Amino acid sequence: MSNLEVLKTYKLYIGGAFPRTESGRFYAPVSNQGEVLGNICLSSRKDLRNAVVAARKAQGPWEERSAFNRSQILYRIAELFSDRKEIFLKEFQKQGSSPEEAVLEFSTTLDRIVYYAGWCDKYNQVLSSVNSVNSSHFNFSTCEPMGIVALIAPQNTALIGLVSLILPALAGGNTLVALASETLPISAISFAEVLNDSDVPAGVINILTGKQDEIAPIMASHMDINALISSDLGSIENQIAEACIDNLKRKFTYTEDFNQPESQGLTFIADLQEIKTTWHPIENIGGSTSTY
Amino acid sequence: MLESNQHSIFQTINAASPIDKVGVEERVARFQTRSIKDDAKAQGLKMVLSMIDLTTLEGKDTPGKVKQMCFKAHHLHDLHPNLPQVAAVCVYPSMVAIAKQALKGTSVKIASVATAFPSGQSNLEIKLADVKLAVDSGADEIDMVISRGKFLSGEYNFVFDEIAMIKEACGVARLKVILETGELCTLDNVRKASDIAMYAGADFIKTSTGKIQPAATMQVTYTMLLAIKDYFEATGKMIGMKPAGGISTSKLALHNLVMVNEILGPNWLHNKWFRFGASSLANDVLMQLLKLESGSYQSPNYFTLD
Repeated sequence: MSNLEVLKTYKLYIGGAFPRTESGRFYAPVSNQGEVLGNICLSSRKDLRNAVVAARKAQGPWEERSAFNRSQILYRIAELFSDRKEIFLKEFQKQGSSPEEAVLEFSTTLDRIVYYAGWCDKYNQVLSSVNSVNSSHFNFSTCEPMGIVALIAPQNTALIGLVSLILPALAGGNTLVALASETLPISAISFAEVLNDSDVPAGVINILTGKQDEIAPIMASHMDINALISSDLGSIENQIAEACIDNLKRKFTYTEDFNQPESQGLTFIADLQEIKTTWHPIENIGGSTSTY
Repeated sequence: MLESNQHSIFQTINAASPIDKVGVEERVARFQTRSIKDDAKAQGLKMVLSMIDLTTLEGKDTPGKVKQMCFKAHHLHDLHPNLPQVAAVCVYPSMVAIAKQALKGTSVKIASVATAFPSGQSNLEIKLADVKLAVDSGADEIDMVISRGKFLSGEYNFVFDEIAMIKEACGVARLKVILETGELCTLDNVRKASDIAMYAGADFIKTSTGKIQPAATMQVTYTMLLAIKDYFEATGKMIGMKPAGGISTSKLALHNLVMVNEILGPNWLHNKWFRFGASSLANDVLMQLLKLESGSYQSPNYFTLD
């Protein structure tokens, strides 16, 4: 019998593995009760580059999975997350939540995962349309995922903010490179362990920890990232918006309080979809001789 | 002619000491830890571009594909001025005439594989005819494969004579001898095959066809570079080196240049003496060059689809 306590090392999550940052740097965030949360990897631009390479590799296969299969995989995340309730409650409290707040954040997070799991095979029907056009064309619009989404997690929540933005991107067939909250990073890495044990393929979600001011500008200027989502970035907001221009990156800033049950919806999925419209030549649409 | 010299040549070939595989791995690992700063990296990357044999060797190659690749060979990225051209394009003999036409007026060379590439399983007559087809169509360089089956059954004379006869058929075209190291099993065999190829008249020795894994590992390239060094010291003749297959990233290409420089010296850092056989390396190098210039990581979306 041993009473030795073995502490967990919180590492990055890139391409389905948990490497340390290549830079070898770390920082030690402190909770609002003055407790050091751990030595956390301070990601460098090269870690981000590696994460984007992993995400790009995973993008095609993830997008091509059937919507129903994506739904099953997202639901599987909820199963494993639910299974690890104690771990997350402990971590939320370590990072400064009261026991009641911790339970509330956990249950809201769980509900949110299940909510977006349900949307996977439905959003395309709702967002797509058959369009009336004034020519002999069958004209329809459908959704396609944007590709790689960079996510800068809201700073003020340990997990609910991150999950509320990861899930709609995933449901819509995108892959992600996420930067965890700088001050509350440890639950994000524990969540990565949940993702790794569920059926999410390697590289579909990659989670980094580190400084927002360091990583956000590199995300914004990276030519192979297709969209950037975040909560309000404060003083660097304009700088980030400008850097997004080079490859016409889509940029969305969300100011919702994600602890609220209603801070979810189709719009979070729709923001990360491209609409493809197809003009299919036919004869006499809508007429009595039309085969459509 | 061969008979009188052969005894001494084979004594030399067999004299090479056995390769210490663990030692090779350790030495190779050290080439990969050099810190290369931005200025040197930019120059190194441009040098890599100038050493590429842009390659397409597929059953589905068409004249269109070859023409497109030839265009790319001398227009690597038109938005970026001051880029070198690649050294050569590498195609099947049936595509040489098309490449010749497409590259008229440029200094890009045309390399053609021959001798029943990639297996080399045919008779000498057909192999010579294959070489003749490529040379007559205008190839500047011939990439032949050795008969690995014969080599592995110990028929070194056969392999030697075959290379010598192909060399004769090449005329003025430079001969690259592909050892297909992935099929030679040991580094000792790689060394022996390198020596046979060089003494039989190779202008270049080349690791692989690209059809067999593993291809151009750094261990294999290292072994061949040492063979070239020993040959140079023994005869005073420079032989070129071409790693081919599996070198698809800038980083690996730069590691190879470091290795060449440290073993053979700066005289070999020229596309006359060192080449990369690669199809996807060029775009990665271009992406790294643009990244150095702009500071932003690049996306393959903005480079050619090959």
